[in-house]
Amino acid sequence: MSLMVLNKGAVGPLIEALMADYRVVGPQAKGPQFAFGTLTDPAQMRLDYNTTILPPKKVLQPQQERLASYSLGGKPSVEQIIEATPTVLFGIHTCDLHAVQLLDKAFSEEYPDAHYLARRDQTILVSLECLEPCDEHSFCKSMGTLTAGEGYDLHLTDLGLAYAVDVATEAGAQILSDYGSASEAGDGDVRRLNDVLGAKWPRFTYRLEFDAAELPALLSTAYDHPLWQELGDRCLACGSCTNVCPTCYCFNVYDETNMALTEGERVRRWDSCQLDEFARVAGGENFREARAARQRHRFMRKGRYIFEKFGELGCVGCGRCIRACVADINIVDGFNAIQRSA
Amino acid sequence: MTSVYIPEMARLVGVEQMTATEKLFTIELPNGRSLGHDPGQFVMASVMGVGEAPVSVSSSPSRSNGVFELCVRQVGDVTNALHGMEPGGWIGVRGPFGNGFPVEKMRGKDLLFAPGGLGLAPLRSLINQVLDERGAFGRVIILCGARRPQELLFRDEVDEWVARDDVECLVTVDRGDDTWDGHVGVITTLFHQISVNPRNTVAATVGPPIMYRFVLMELLGKGIPESQIYLSLERRMRCGVGKCGHCQIHDLCCCQEGPVLTYAQSKGVEEAL
Repeated sequence: MSLMVLNKGAVGPLIEALMADYRVVGPQAKGPQFAFGTLTDPAQMRLDYNTTILPPKKVLQPQQERLASYSLGGKPSVEQIIEATPTVLFGIHTCDLHAVQLLDKAFSEEYPDAHYLARRDQTILVSLECLEPCDEHSFCKSMGTLTAGEGYDLHLTDLGLAYAVDVATEAGAQILSDYGSASEAGDGDVRRLNDVLGAKWPRFTYRLEFDAAELPALLSTAYDHPLWQELGDRCLACGSCTNVCPTCYCFNVYDETNMALTEGERVRRWDSCQLDEFARVAGGENFREARAARQRHRFMRKGRYIFEKFGELGCVGCGRCIRACVADINIVDGFNAIQRSA
Repeated sequence: MTSVYIPEMARLVGVEQMTATEKLFTIELPNGRSLGHDPGQFVMASVMGVGEAPVSVSSSPSRSNGVFELCVRQVGDVTNALHGMEPGGWIGVRGPFGNGFPVEKMRGKDLLFAPGGLGLAPLRSLINQVLDERGAFGRVIILCGARRPQELLFRDEVDEWVARDDVECLVTVDRGDDTWDGHVGVITTLFHQISVNPRNTVAATVGPPIMYRFVLMELLGKGIPESQIYLSLERRMRCGVGKCGHCQIHDLCCCQEGPVLTYAQSKGVEEAL
């Protein structure tokens, strides 16, 4: 829509103003790492963060959410619960932005998920262009998520003393004009933006040894690859990789009833295909019992199944699963190993 | 937007003990509405306060009368709770979900049904639908197996199928007892008693995973094409609508692309059978 410029000194006041009407979620320091959290003070926001422990999916698909309340006794009554708050999700990197677009598809297709979509509807996305790699584990350049042309309401790029703000939607324009003090970008700003964007690319390296577009076809022939057993032998089946993954959205559902057995809530929580019981049916049969098969399932979902379903790869190259794995399982190394042996 | 995860409360109007571990539940939706299912589809059945589980519909759409039936084995939390319920109780229902058996593709064909144990529960829906339109199909062959005589489900109906002239129904049990004067042997031992025209035969088999391996060998041995053999897969399901991820088999989402699959679709996928 338009390009604006927001002085760095104006970011704090913008956040402060937004906080009056929105839940503002942004990256904050958490020990030596960073995590997305609700801001209570604009100074908590750390737009210089590298990556966060959990991806911003936790805002759109919380670790736990209530789906319904029920009362027992006689005919049970069931009331749906939609947990949605007007939210500004501030400062998400473009890898995570791509992941949000994938979640949007997953929760919209065929049977729309009212809970997710209500939350998504009330969320304004302010993304942030990465100018430096997070660390040695990110591979966004290989996955084509190093930048983004769409999917955000506002997109910030650091120009030094100010941010260039790409205003992509009415909702974005609205919060910027109502709560902020940005000015229209001049020719000099546009030149500076192009310089900054052009200069960032050489700082990032390709870590996949082939074009990511080849992944679905490559994996379609790798079902019996020896790599899976190798990974299965090392995997501790802790589920960390899927918990920190910005595109993993599997869940389990639980009924939680009060002590008097009169009422309760049906809740859903994140679940992981890496956990032993994930594919086990009540009769005891477990259809994905071996850790090797479970790791294969994760790699296949990231590199193939999700692509076949939604037309986008299920991996955005954020590197979180690699950082989180206590057994040093590295999805990039895995993809490369399969490609080398193909 | 109404959430697809919210069950509708339906009245339990009948409970019949079928075997030591299986009961047949007759369920009535509000306002006499019919479930509108295809044979082979499943519902997500809730006992509020306990949880929700996927259950294949056991009654035929052609015999709805405003109610539908679920044949449930007592095996987990939800099914244990269901087994404790009596007529007049309330069950949460979502669905029907998934695909059913392709009845349209079966018209004019010879049909071979091979239910094993609890596998008769979903196949009974299809068999009764076919029998209610008997003239639209060729031969109807039913090869029915159970572990022991007292585990044989829908005994009265199976006896009727055996008695009918226009149905070739053979029944076997793995182990007989004093009450049993029928065939004894695993289900595959029935196959040599029939011959089929394989090109014109569509087969549907439902049973425990171990049974599939052997029944499939028999069906393929008779020359029935892989794409004309249908089976229904049991999977853990938490949503029924392709979101929760539990039922995914390789690249197939069982609750959406299944639970009915052809052998051609599931062959070679080690997680499938």
